[in-house]
Amino acid sequence: MTLNTPPIDWFGLSPVLTLIGTSFAALLCAVLVPRAVRRLASAGIAVAGFTAGIVLAVWLYVDSTNGHTIAAGAYYRDRWTSLGQIIIFAVGLATTLLAMEHVPGWRRDADPSRRDDHVAEFFALLLASAAGMAFFVGAANLITLFLSLEWFSIALYVMCAIDYDLQGSLEAGLKYLVVGSFGAATLLFGSALVYGATGKVSFDGIASAVGSQSLTSDTFVVVGIALMVAGLGFKMSAAPFHMWTPDVYEGAPTTVTAWMSSATKVAALLLTFRVMTTAFPHNQHLWGWAFAIIATISLAIGNFAALVQKNVKRILAYSAIAQAGFMLIGLSTGTALGGRALMYYLIPYAASAFGSFAIVAARERELGVPVTLDNLAGFGWERPFLGVAMWFFVFGFAGLPLTGGFVGKFYVFAAAYDHGWAWLVIVGVLATLVSLYYYLGIVRAMYMRGPEELQLRPGSVALSGGAPAKETLLHVAVGAAFVVSVGSLFAVQPLIDLAQHAASALPL
Amino acid sequence: MNASYLTSILIWLPVAGAILIWLLPLSRYATGSLALLISFAEVGFWIKQAAHFDFSQPGLQMSERANWFGDLGVSYHVGVYGFSLWLVGLTVVGMAACTGYGFWVGRDRPRAYFGLMLLLTGATVGVFESQDLLLFYAFFEAMLIPLYILIGVWGGARRMEATIKFVIYTMAGSLLMLAAIVAYGLKAGTFDLVDGPASASRWLFLGFMLAFVIKAPLFPFHGWLPDAYREAPPEIAAVLSGVIAKAGLYGMLRIAITKFPDPTSFYRTTVLALAAAALVYGSLLAFRSPDFRGVVAYSSLAQSGLIALGLFAGTDLGFDGAVLQMVAHGLISISLFLVAGAVERRTTTGEFRLLGGMARGRPALATLLMIVGVISLAVPGSASFAGEFLILAGVFQRAWWWAAIGAGAIVLAAMYVLRLISAVLHEARGPTVADEALDLRPGELALVVPLVAGLLFLSAWPAGISNHSFFGPSPSAAVKSGFK
Repeated sequence: MTLNTPPIDWFGLSPVLTLIGTSFAALLCAVLVPRAVRRLASAGIAVAGFTAGIVLAVWLYVDSTNGHTIAAGAYYRDRWTSLGQIIIFAVGLATTLLAMEHVPGWRRDADPSRRDDHVAEFFALLLASAAGMAFFVGAANLITLFLSLEWFSIALYVMCAIDYDLQGSLEAGLKYLVVGSFGAATLLFGSALVYGATGKVSFDGIASAVGSQSLTSDTFVVVGIALMVAGLGFKMSAAPFHMWTPDVYEGAPTTVTAWMSSATKVAALLLTFRVMTTAFPHNQHLWGWAFAIIATISLAIGNFAALVQKNVKRILAYSAIAQAGFMLIGLSTGTALGGRALMYYLIPYAASAFGSFAIVAARERELGVPVTLDNLAGFGWERPFLGVAMWFFVFGFAGLPLTGGFVGKFYVFAAAYDHGWAWLVIVGVLATLVSLYYYLGIVRAMYMRGPEELQLRPGSVALSGGAPAKETLLHVAVGAAFVVSVGSLFAVQPLIDLAQHAASALPL
Repeated sequence: MNASYLTSILIWLPVAGAILIWLLPLSRYATGSLALLISFAEVGFWIKQAAHFDFSQPGLQMSERANWFGDLGVSYHVGVYGFSLWLVGLTVVGMAACTGYGFWVGRDRPRAYFGLMLLLTGATVGVFESQDLLLFYAFFEAMLIPLYILIGVWGGARRMEATIKFVIYTMAGSLLMLAAIVAYGLKAGTFDLVDGPASASRWLFLGFMLAFVIKAPLFPFHGWLPDAYREAPPEIAAVLSGVIAKAGLYGMLRIAITKFPDPTSFYRTTVLALAAAALVYGSLLAFRSPDFRGVVAYSSLAQSGLIALGLFAGTDLGFDGAVLQMVAHGLISISLFLVAGAVERRTTTGEFRLLGGMARGRPALATLLMIVGVISLAVPGSASFAGEFLILAGVFQRAWWWAAIGAGAIVLAAMYVLRLISAVLHEARGPTVADEALDLRPGELALVVPLVAGLLFLSAWPAGISNHSFFGPSPSAAVKSGFK
């Protein structure tokens, strides 16, 4: 028996391969590069990797007008994949900048000369998880779907636990591992059922099998879809599969949280939309309703739970659950308008989610304790740029017309109404109203409390009267996120065009 | 029109000014001067706009249109009609006075303060000029953001509750309006206000109206009003009642009545009843209010009711009177709040039982308060007399009892204004009124006197607004045609 290797479109896979390659290179830094320049070298490799990834993904976007599968039907080379990868890599680049001045996992209590012992691993993991997500959004069959899901998840488990000096980091990693594995197992089980019913692993093969053998209401297919919805729900942190989110987001190093909350969500939502519309178009009535209900639950739980939180990372974690709900409104319609609403929404969302956690990270570095609404007092006046940026990000989450979040909300509502789901629009509107309270609360904490209410740790930079640390790269990262999220309010048409071209790769 | 660039400049100049102020590390004095300069430039541009406006032409003028996102038919479309021209004028003049007041009293954190004031100016002008529903909504919401921070940072002791109440109330209304906008626009295939067809949907009408009656406000949606007007700094309270509240009334005229003719007549009695309730109830509360700002706040509620009465009368006289009264009350209310601020600065309080006898030795304060008060109680010959008369005559054509209720409320207006004047200026000298408390200073006079001069001008020539708000002899026909 001879084994025929399929023809591989190496260029189509190049963004993923680049990131894998740079991940290995960064890992080699850990042993080959002298300690003094290890941080610079590994971070530099990460910057180069993400930049090259963006360039290649842009190139592929331009070059993939007609989307098709490559590598024996395992991976989609189309604009949906490329645009998703561009967003993910851009967030990755910003995460690298954010991490550079304060790498999670460095040994802050160690002798200064030994601190950078383990920084290269962080960047290697970051690159590896980005590569996994990039492959994930392009997955074209159940096997590559599961493979890439595990690939980036395992990298993320380690990243959550990497800061083992930090209280809660190890716990966060373990919790994420256990719950995430459960979610992955659910997804795998669902995939197995779908495969059992249809005999196909490729998404379009499943669709044609379901269509030609009239398996629309086949028990295995229906249960399989339900399990896959649940499994993917874990990754996008939609309620009721969200239980891990607040704890993990809170416990993980804030840099990692910033990365997870934006990039993972982009990958999970884009892939879910693809799987559902490509593999199960005949069951749209089922998964559409399922996601509409999940969206409603996410909006309710995310927003109401956020109201009572004091820890800013937890507030933002619940807000991330609620935001997943908004994006699921667009996803659940399964229409072309819903697809581009989802894609558009993700752009300001990814920027704002990353930016808001990055600002929390800045405050955390300043105080050395978890950031709460109380010790955020006066932050807006002390660090004007970061304060204004935070103000824009959270008001953008609330759908006020300061960032593209406003237009994104409008788009998902339009998609839901267009689909005939006016009730979902009302749900979204009410959820927005509830969410205002805690988003305003963050702004209130930053600006409207007197300096006498400041609760600073003795000996911290701000208290001892020194100027705040000059975190140039952090400011660059936040500034980029700020420009993207505000710019997306004005440049709607170009972004919608991009999203429309991307969504045209899907069978809608 | 070759002067159409003015429309966009009026929106974006203050926004650009705000960004400039935030970026430049200027001193307190320089920041305030720059903000004031930009406010004056706004007034200048508005005068130029008014000079270029052709009142003999129907339809939208000085319009500009650019694509925002085409697949849903949303565009950046701005322009002015006669009535929006007057409201833009009210906004730029009022904001200039209030910005000047903020400069004069020396607000803390000047760069943040003046930037937000300019942002508020731009957003409010945007509301009155935008001709696309989503753009209108964006500016309508955008007004809220600077207001939230202005009240929350520079407000009084109970500002937290006041801001939360204010924001949640207004957002509750405007988010339902967003749902209505989505439904209207997708059904019509365009979000454009000029091209968009009339709709017969009662639900959509209610969605829009809820936002407007909260913003205006009308009874029983005024729960946010007393706290917000008392806790805000005086110049912000002046903006709120003089300018921002008019955005709600403008929305009723431009969107609810124009785009929903059938639902308007279906709900006419309901809205007229709410308006009349706001008028009577607001007047009674103003009469019972224990403090200066309370009187002005509740009288704003009453005046919003009166204006809504004129709008929903649906008659020629009603529309003319409503627009005139919007401008007149805007100027009155800004002047009164600024004077209230001046009194509070001198006595640390606005409570009537601690005030009194301020007229003695303070002729400027007494004269100004007297003039504004007399105009606001609609003494014959004043601008607000003209406005109220037109409104009552207009609503009389609908049914006589509306006019009877309105006329009764105007008697109440005389009562609360006279009570205010006597409690502040006359009666025995209050315990907080020190001999050293100065008369209005030249700086304060420079802010309030132009507003009062504007009122006197309108008193002399109310037709300047009431005959120049709608094209053609019949405003109701203009409204019916959708201002084409």
